[in-house]
Amino acid sequence: MSASDPREDRTILTGIVGDSLQSVTRNVPVEEPPELPPNSELRVIGKRVNRVDAVPKVTGQARYTFDVQLPGMLYGRIVSSTVPHARIKSIDTSAAEAYPGVRAVHILDRILSIAQLRDPSVEANERYPLVRYHGQPIAGVAATSMRAAKAAAKLVRIEYERLPHVTSLEAAMQADAPVVFAGPTEQAATAGGGGAAPGLPQEGNLRGPARGGLGGGPRGDVQQGFAHADHILTREYSTQVQTHVPMETHGLVADWRDDELTLYASTQFVLSVRDDAADIFNLPKDKIRVISEFTGGGFGAKFGIGNYGALAIHLSRKARAPVRVVLDRREEHVSVGNRPSTIQRIKLGAKRDGTLTALQVESYGTGGVAAGAGVGFCHSTMYSIPNVLTEHYDVFTDAGPSAAFRAPGQVQGIFALEQALDEMAHTLGVDPLALREKIDTNDGDDARARKVERRIGAERAGWAQRRPPAADPGPVKRGLGVAQSQWVYIVHGTTTCEIRIRGDGSVAAITSAPDIGTGTRTIMAQTVAEELGLRAEAIEIRIGDSRYPAGPAAGGSRVTSSITPAARNATHAAARDLATRVAPLLDAKPEEIVFQDGRVFVRGRSDRGFTFAEAVRQAGVDEIVHRADRREDYDGYRAKIGDLHISKQALGGVQFAQIAVDTETGVVKVERVVAVHDCGRPINPKLIESQIYGGVIQGVSYALYEERHLDPDTGVHLNANIDQYKIVGSRETPDIEVHVIEQLGRQSSTDARGVAEPANVATAAAIANAFYNATGKRIRTLPMTPANVLAALRVENDADDEDLA
Amino acid sequence: MSTLQWIDARSVEEAVALLATPGAHGATIAKAGGLDLLDLMKEGIVAPARIVNLQRIDALRGVQFIEAAGLRLGALTTLAEIASDATLRRNYPALAEAAAHAATPQIRNAATIGGNLLQRPRCWYFRNQLFHAARAEAGRDQSQYGAIFDNAESTMVHASTPATALLAYGASVHVVGKQGKTRTIALGDFLLPPDFDRDRDTTLASDEVLTHVSVPAVAAHTSAAYHKQTERDSYDWPICDVAVVLTTKDRRVETARIVAGAVAPVPRRMTASENLLLGREIDEQLAAEAARLAVRDATPTQRNGYKVQVLETVVRRTILGAMR
Repeated sequence: MSASDPREDRTILTGIVGDSLQSVTRNVPVEEPPELPPNSELRVIGKRVNRVDAVPKVTGQARYTFDVQLPGMLYGRIVSSTVPHARIKSIDTSAAEAYPGVRAVHILDRILSIAQLRDPSVEANERYPLVRYHGQPIAGVAATSMRAAKAAAKLVRIEYERLPHVTSLEAAMQADAPVVFAGPTEQAATAGGGGAAPGLPQEGNLRGPARGGLGGGPRGDVQQGFAHADHILTREYSTQVQTHVPMETHGLVADWRDDELTLYASTQFVLSVRDDAADIFNLPKDKIRVISEFTGGGFGAKFGIGNYGALAIHLSRKARAPVRVVLDRREEHVSVGNRPSTIQRIKLGAKRDGTLTALQVESYGTGGVAAGAGVGFCHSTMYSIPNVLTEHYDVFTDAGPSAAFRAPGQVQGIFALEQALDEMAHTLGVDPLALREKIDTNDGDDARARKVERRIGAERAGWAQRRPPAADPGPVKRGLGVAQSQWVYIVHGTTTCEIRIRGDGSVAAITSAPDIGTGTRTIMAQTVAEELGLRAEAIEIRIGDSRYPAGPAAGGSRVTSSITPAARNATHAAARDLATRVAPLLDAKPEEIVFQDGRVFVRGRSDRGFTFAEAVRQAGVDEIVHRADRREDYDGYRAKIGDLHISKQALGGVQFAQIAVDTETGVVKVERVVAVHDCGRPINPKLIESQIYGGVIQGVSYALYEERHLDPDTGVHLNANIDQYKIVGSRETPDIEVHVIEQLGRQSSTDARGVAEPANVATAAAIANAFYNATGKRIRTLPMTPANVLAALRVENDADDEDLA
Repeated sequence: MSTLQWIDARSVEEAVALLATPGAHGATIAKAGGLDLLDLMKEGIVAPARIVNLQRIDALRGVQFIEAAGLRLGALTTLAEIASDATLRRNYPALAEAAAHAATPQIRNAATIGGNLLQRPRCWYFRNQLFHAARAEAGRDQSQYGAIFDNAESTMVHASTPATALLAYGASVHVVGKQGKTRTIALGDFLLPPDFDRDRDTTLASDEVLTHVSVPAVAAHTSAAYHKQTERDSYDWPICDVAVVLTTKDRRVETARIVAGAVAPVPRRMTASENLLLGREIDEQLAAEAARLAVRDATPTQRNGYKVQVLETVVRRTILGAMR
């Protein structure tokens, strides 16, 4: 599909259903199927269809990577560093190799998923990769049982030459801090995003400043903007390190054969696993097959092959047998990703009426040994602010690497920005929602959506009844807060779907995209079923195999936006093909043939037709196969970074949180969240609600509980389990009321967009703003543990404001 | 590869005999519910060569009420049984509450009162093989959950929350050793400050079996309350927990026992607060005064100062709760 495809102008109704629909003219490739009407006129799309794979999941039949068992399979165990920073002097594997049942031992010669020295010659003389955090993978052992592998792994003798280390962001920023990397570093983005801007200066552990990213970037002149302000506030916010904790840990089963390498991977993107394996093992891509039938969550951290995956392949090659490497919970916490911590200094200038004049942000974040710990792009992309300057520094520490994590950077950035706006609103005596109404005026789908979402949310959350701060006389104080969300609307460039209509009337839709738990099979089935007039349950969906036509990565909220147009386009072509074959049998023209309610008939004459299966039989179809691509958005993109295509439009979302603060114990309880979101055309409201529940729950967990604790003396991750790493439980889950609007953006053949990330962006900020409404005090430090809450409540006056009026 | 031997003991005598005989390749450990034992084994903190399973010994089961003597809890009584026994709930509400708020429903169904009292501390350092091997905890506790009293040497706290309530009711533990020798030990004397260098945090000898816990009968006009303060409701270890058991005559306090857990190496009697209440009628102000006294001598670390305020709050609220 190229830009030179013939196009035509189509006049289409666009906008928010039930609010404002208007005609626009879009220049659309002529091959695109006709635009879909609003969901109320559709039969499968937009309906609360149950997950088509619900039964296999709850009965345990669904095969996750964790469940993969192959004949002769060996169990791999990783040997990790027991020091935070060191040069490895020697590794003795002889005792491990001699251990009964051990079939292979491998020592890693490079460490993936961390920042890499710009000039590798700096460490060219090192015999082994330097150790830069406690728990860094060093080697692997494969044995006939897990017990043998564990026992043998303990016998690998490693002699270290210790180097000084530093584990906290603040300490690593000091001029005399031990240096994690001996020279400037780079970190490329994974297929899931992340990475750091290239070529930035690096001094000591500080890499930066980065100014911008994903549409962010400086504009205007902040000094001038502050000069025109009536009021300036300066605030510092800090956020903690959060680990991903997916239900299924990272894992890979490698089966190395002479003719093919087969990998079973718990991944968000089978093609990233294939490409990494091809690169590292110098294999042609078509000699590698990656299978991922079900993935138990990823949240951004499951891209590429990882050190564990590389070890599994090395061990399989050496042992000539399949090798399974599945991380345990400790390894999962320590070595395969986290959301970086931040310190954010915000200076915000406004006119008395709330007009913003300037925003300046200086931020520091540590992703341990990984770069790319920024605070998102919201500062430049959300609001009408003429002068913006953001400067971000990555700070390296001897800690496990960060990875993309559900709206990377934006969650941290929004926590600070949306609270700073709330502070400004209170300072100016303006209602926080009214302030958003005034400044949230960019010409974009996200701003248009939020305008409607604010109205709906305010009504449902009872914003009009909101009381002044600290209105409750007793020790338990309740409050209501609001925060807004924004995330990029992303399309995966190379997205193809294949449709097969077989002689027996069965239909299959095929793509390589995996499902990380969001319901990929179901939304594909609905899209195909709508086009063919069938039920979603009748469609066979085959996904998660690199041999299938290339599908999108399950990251960046892009699966639905990418795969549903491809699926519709392919199904549309197949349906037209079938119509051409059926039409003569019904004495009709192909364009008169419609597919509806399981039947194929002549438009307006439902008696003149067949059941779908009959139609296929009568037409003498052996098999109809059509493939189609996800065409580019009709208005093109703002940026393309490989297959990551970033729309000119964005995703909105507004969340309201009602909380109760026990001011004597410091315990915060989130009682209710009203989450109003947009995701283009909602394909399956039930699955969308499920995603938003997850986003809110993860946001509550981030706001109140989750925090990685490292021991500064040793670099040990002290709470690397789910007993002491605290995650929200059922009783801490608030009542969540979801409302999803239907926004027809008219940029693709389904208008579908994602929702996974926006659902997680605003929650912590909404809770923080509710905290102020409840107590009259600000909490600018996450998580809101009793220790942090009681400290925040003790502060008398922490406003650092300049009133210039 | 390490292997272990599993023996189902059929009687207390057999269990004691097995515990008294060293295993061929290392330690012998008794197992009741096995919850803490499995955790410790997974973390590499203990590596028993032989496990003596006590679950088949019926003599260790049962909740019994004995007129004058009070309550007898067999060591294998589960926390769920304690939480749900109607008579127990009526007579010992603070104990029932403590059992009901320990761990999770699944764990309460399997965890026994004996095992609960004998469990090891949840200190991050204690539970980490690396630090455990190095005996390296003192002076570098990063946790916000450690002791705010008696913490000069260590901030580790005993993990049992039912112990807080049991101590408030004046409970004793009963053990059997070699040749059937029995001992009865007041719970306050039984629990020891957690220590890396011991393999248990009680005075139980390695060849003794905890058989039951006894709790004296409650006097007339006894009122009690228990509160476990956590960050999360679903499942959490305490910031602190407090049990209050009072007897009153004409609304005036005759006897008072106030015990706080997770704030000192072992559950701590708040004697100054108890004495303050004697002979007086409890109201908001008196409860607040007693709570202030309870935290007067606290010596928090840099990271757990907030626990002082939380404890003061919970002591005050629980005293008032007992009067409701």
